[in-house]
Amino acid sequence: MSEVDIILLSAKVALAAILFALPPAFAVAWLLARRRFAGRGLLQALVTLPLVLPPVATGYGLLLLFGGQGPLGRLMENFLGLTFAFRWTGAALAAGVMAFPLLVRPIRLSLEAVDRGLEDAAATLGARRVTVFFTVTLPLALPGLVAGAVLGFAKALGEFGATITFVSNIPGETQTLSLAIYALLQSPGAEPAALRLILVSVLLALGAVLVSEWAGRLVRRGSDGRA
Amino acid sequence: MDALEVDIAGRAGNFAVEARFRAPPGVTALYGPSGAGKSTILKMIAGLARPQSGRIVAGGRVLFDARAGIDLPARARGIGFVFQEDRLFPHLSVHRNLTYARWAGRRAARRDVAEVVALLGLEAHLDRLPATLSGGERQRVAIGRALLAEPEILLMDEPLSSLDRQRRAEILPYLEAVANETRIPVLYVSHETDEVARLADRVVALEAGRVRAVGTPAQILAPSGDGEAVALLEGRVSGIDPRYETATVDLGGATVELGAPGLPLGGRVRLKVRAGDVAIATHRHEGLSIRNQLECTVEQVVPRGTAVEITLALGRQRLFSRITRQSAEALALGPGRRVVALVKAVSVEQARLMRPVEVGKTGIGGS
Repeated sequence: MSEVDIILLSAKVALAAILFALPPAFAVAWLLARRRFAGRGLLQALVTLPLVLPPVATGYGLLLLFGGQGPLGRLMENFLGLTFAFRWTGAALAAGVMAFPLLVRPIRLSLEAVDRGLEDAAATLGARRVTVFFTVTLPLALPGLVAGAVLGFAKALGEFGATITFVSNIPGETQTLSLAIYALLQSPGAEPAALRLILVSVLLALGAVLVSEWAGRLVRRGSDGRA
Repeated sequence: MDALEVDIAGRAGNFAVEARFRAPPGVTALYGPSGAGKSTILKMIAGLARPQSGRIVAGGRVLFDARAGIDLPARARGIGFVFQEDRLFPHLSVHRNLTYARWAGRRAARRDVAEVVALLGLEAHLDRLPATLSGGERQRVAIGRALLAEPEILLMDEPLSSLDRQRRAEILPYLEAVANETRIPVLYVSHETDEVARLADRVVALEAGRVRAVGTPAQILAPSGDGEAVALLEGRVSGIDPRYETATVDLGGATVELGAPGLPLGGRVRLKVRAGDVAIATHRHEGLSIRNQLECTVEQVVPRGTAVEITLALGRQRLFSRITRQSAEALALGPGRRVVALVKAVSVEQARLMRPVEVGKTGIGGS
């Protein structure tokens, strides 16, 4: 496994994780920002759970649910032909679950910052609800969406505990960046390689946080209507 | 184009409104102090708030009928709404904002965009984002956006209240132009006497969520309670003197002179005269600087603190005078007495220049 391969695999896992986590994260953010319903507090807690639970516990939970013998795992295998156990798809699932809270929060904040008065104005101008969503709400919430996606991507890239518990540390399949660094640190004489991967991690994380911050500033600007 | 008929009762928070009025084509002001329920009524007509009972009908189209279970959504009511704050879409250019009702609301494109852009003086700003515009320019875009929604009713909720004096003065002529060319019912919410005097054809006065009175601006605005009474006089420009930039206005019998550059001969105007600017004499005088000596009949004399407010009949219109009680007694003023009202030409303000609507010319709401 070359270092480039490890980075590419990590990118693939993180990208898949975010692409699949984004739509449900947006839906949950929408519910939390716009709807008042029974169990809203519970949903909120559930979404935050991966952030506070020991990652190993989350990974074990995924193993029980989505492993080869898990109920959801068998369901997915039978109906979609999708296997998670000890596959990169499993690593993506673990990363997606762990990144979920980081996706929801900025999207929710940006949805809350969208002036509902603008949606009313759009309605008086004849726009249907779906049209209002795509022409007003979504564009104004876009910076939050970008901020969440970037932050979540960075988190997914560095996920460790849940991944190693759920899909183990298999080079070329589930050995993403942090798992590779961990493996390298375990083997004598591989420290320079480990350091190189750590440097890559730092750069990726820094870039992601900067992009996320920049998008967050756009949200605040958008909300008071000044550029 | 037919009238808007409103007969609704409902609540907003713990505030109840109950209103019944008719708004024919032209500008109807919903006038009253803050908290009188003006905005709530407007939202209910727009479909942004729901009355508990009643009916709203626009030109035979039922927008809301509690008993029949009809409650059209805002998008289907055929309205244009100008909000207190401009509510422009911050991510869209002025042009995209103006034409939103067409590309997002699929409203018919009857009116020429360029015409509205010219009416509101927005030619230079079409590609800009709202954030780069001044408050006055933004509100003009908001007005244009509502006009281009091809509304059958235009609702304006204190469109000037978020602006400073200077910006108001900048927008008022545009609103006047809109008011003059409109062929649809326009509801204009305001608590500003000046705006109502300048724009409205009719006034629905609201107080504590109920209709207090309905009438012409002259009838409703004149008795201002503890404030100063203001007379609104309507007439036709019968003469202009370009040398002094003065105009003579025929009020239907009597004429009044005022300093007013640019008034067109034959144009209909609404003039404003404050009670404190009107003095009273028992007969005509020579050798006065005062240009207007109007023969009137005293209708009533009402004490207001140390002063009295005198209502004067000037033909079919009304003028008010505020003088001390001492003067009123010295002149023995009482109902039925013939007097001469003295008004300096500089005290007569032009409240509105009303362009007569030409038949066949496409106005707002066209066809």
